[in-house]
Amino acid sequence: MAAVQTTSERALNKVAIISVLIVTIIFLAPIYWIVSTSFKPRHLATTVPPTIVFEPEISPFVKLTLRRSQLREQPTPEEYTAAPWWERLVFDGGEKIVRSGRGEVQLSGYPSRFVNSLIIAITSTILAVAMGTITAYGFSRFKMPGEQDWLFFILSTRMLPPVVVAIPMFLMYRVVGLNDTHVGLIILYTAFNLSFSVWLMKGFIDEIPKEYEEAALVDGYTRMEAFFKVVLPEAATGIAATAVFCFITAWNEYAFALIMTRRDAQTAPPFIPSQVGSGLPDWTVIAAGTFLFLLPVAIFTFLLRNHLLRGMSFGAIRK
Amino acid sequence: MAGISLRGISKTYGGTRALRGLDLDIEDGEFFVLLGQTGAGKTTTLRLIAGLEKPTEGEIYIDGQNVADWNAAERDVALVLQQYSLYPRLSVRGNLEFPLKSKVRNFSSDEIERRVNKAAETLQITKLLDRKVERLSGGEMQRVSIGRAIVREPRVFLMDEPLSALDAKLREALRVELKKLHTELKATFLFVTHDQVEAMSMGDKIGVLNRGKLVQVGTPAEVYHNPCNTFVARAVGSPPMNLFDARVAGGQMEIGSVKVPVGANGTALDGRDLTVGVRPENIRLENGAPVSARVFDIEDHGVVKILTMQVGEDKVHATVPAKTVVRLDETVQFGWQPEKTLLFDRQSGTNISTQ
Ligand SMILES: Nc1ncnc2c1ncn2[C@@H]1O[C@H](COP(=O)(O)OP(=O)(O)OP(=O)(O)O)[C@@H](O)[C@H]1O
Ligand SMILES: [Mg+2]
Repeated sequence: MAAVQTTSERALNKVAIISVLIVTIIFLAPIYWIVSTSFKPRHLATTVPPTIVFEPEISPFVKLTLRRSQLREQPTPEEYTAAPWWERLVFDGGEKIVRSGRGEVQLSGYPSRFVNSLIIAITSTILAVAMGTITAYGFSRFKMPGEQDWLFFILSTRMLPPVVVAIPMFLMYRVVGLNDTHVGLIILYTAFNLSFSVWLMKGFIDEIPKEYEEAALVDGYTRMEAFFKVVLPEAATGIAATAVFCFITAWNEYAFALIMTRRDAQTAPPFIPSQVGSGLPDWTVIAAGTFLFLLPVAIFTFLLRNHLLRGMSFGAIRK
Repeated sequence: MAGISLRGISKTYGGTRALRGLDLDIEDGEFFVLLGQTGAGKTTTLRLIAGLEKPTEGEIYIDGQNVADWNAAERDVALVLQQYSLYPRLSVRGNLEFPLKSKVRNFSSDEIERRVNKAAETLQITKLLDRKVERLSGGEMQRVSIGRAIVREPRVFLMDEPLSALDAKLREALRVELKKLHTELKATFLFVTHDQVEAMSMGDKIGVLNRGKLVQVGTPAEVYHNPCNTFVARAVGSPPMNLFDARVAGGQMEIGSVKVPVGANGTALDGRDLTVGVRPENIRLENGAPVSARVFDIEDHGVVKILTMQVGEDKVHATVPAKTVVRLDETVQFGWQPEKTLLFDRQSGTNISTQ
């Protein structure tokens, strides 16, 4: 590498940096739009051209999480001053918070949908990655008749577009009573991610020299202990990468969730757009819901970023 | 401490026969070297003894006990591999502790600490203990690998070409250390290599393996001076033994157009197709000696010179004292003492000198 950059290299560098900046801005623009909209007062959400500079408010998040209804008559000044700050924000938007007979506030549908999403995505990710890792280990380390055929069979479960099986699944789930249950969606997403998890983990485990385990076996460990003490730590990068992919798939899944769930086990993806239709759409609330929905994947990916970067080179075990 | 016996061991992988009818006895406390080219079945032999693989046929005895049903952990052997025997995630200490932390061993933490420190001292790696394995040089890594084996004080050490990835200097140094270690530990060592110098310099006994078959077992001197066939003759000694096609007629040995006298029992071999073997150090340059040759190459090793001479189509190696004056392309005459030759049957390659 040349220690001194020539003028043309420097110019080229600048062009590269500028191109990267432009591309980044193009990619981040929609996300900025969503995030900014979720902090806008309602009347600024739909202005043309979009308002860039505004005073951010928290009201969309209050409206997102609490049950509210249209105001028939303006609150009296006493009522207004007696109300906590977040209730005043709702009054300002021409709505009031629905309270129970005892005067307690009630949550909107969003928080429970969000929790459903978390429960279902996390559980199915853990199951798919755990089963995938064990299966991949078996395929990687032991000879079995028809190994290639089995692997192909596992992959073939992904070949059918999910929508094709949605209706039959719905009918079967209705018979066994799994419609609109957490367990139902967890089974579905686990099955959906499993083939992918097996294939990805097999790639990673193949890269781990089997000498590592054999050394442990000779040292007096059982195969099980060797698996947990030697293989799993070495496969951590692969597990992280697989987990992120499975989590994203399960978290973002829309079609099955829409068909299979209504209330109890409904996840956020089918819920957020359903709010568009009830009354006049409040885009700030929808944006706030979308923004919160984006966070878990971003956080999860950020936490595992070191593993992912190494995992993305797909193996390449350092000696 | 324990001896090892292999009885009629065969191992087949799919269609590949890695080992064929192997019989081998390694005595308690012996340093046994298994010498063989790549694919000869050296690693397979070690894996069978370690219990990582089951033989297709035959039995393995450790300390007189048939270990067919014992798994790797129960056999109490240590295995040092050429590579990949250290865990990159762990420090040197972590790697040394790993074999001691297994449940079957059940050592107290004081005992673990004591053994790790002792092994580190023996191998002079004490100051490396807290280093990450990834940061070690090749020689240091191999020391740690050996350390991983000795902490357990096993009955048998199995070593699969542990030195072959190292440079010549380090290899020599570690060779000496391993021998020293063997003397100190008084354990049984089975050391596998494709390097005949390693085999000759380290082994109490050498076993020569050729395509899954054990060809000869003996002390280095026996194998060197009395190889049982041309394969072994070629496999040990550097430069390798000179082998010529020859024929005995009327008390004279004809090698090409050259006639040399035969040794004592020469007449019995009349008319037979033979291969004659002469070690390079037994070749004498002498004016008036029977064979004329052109000097093709000279390697000066300080104490000796190794000459490569061209005789017709053949190349002949000779180890001569360094003070010998020769020039490239010079024509020289050489010969050897008849009793220093080995005779092999040309068809089968079997040594018939002693018959
Ligand atoms: N797991 C296996 N599956 C199929 N064939 C194998 C397997 N292990 C070894 N072999 C074959 O058995 C033969 C002996 O192999 P082995 O590894 O014992 O040789 P080696 O003497 O250790 O060679 P090297 O010096 O190259 O390490 C080779 O032909 C090899 O291809
Ligand atoms: Mg080998």
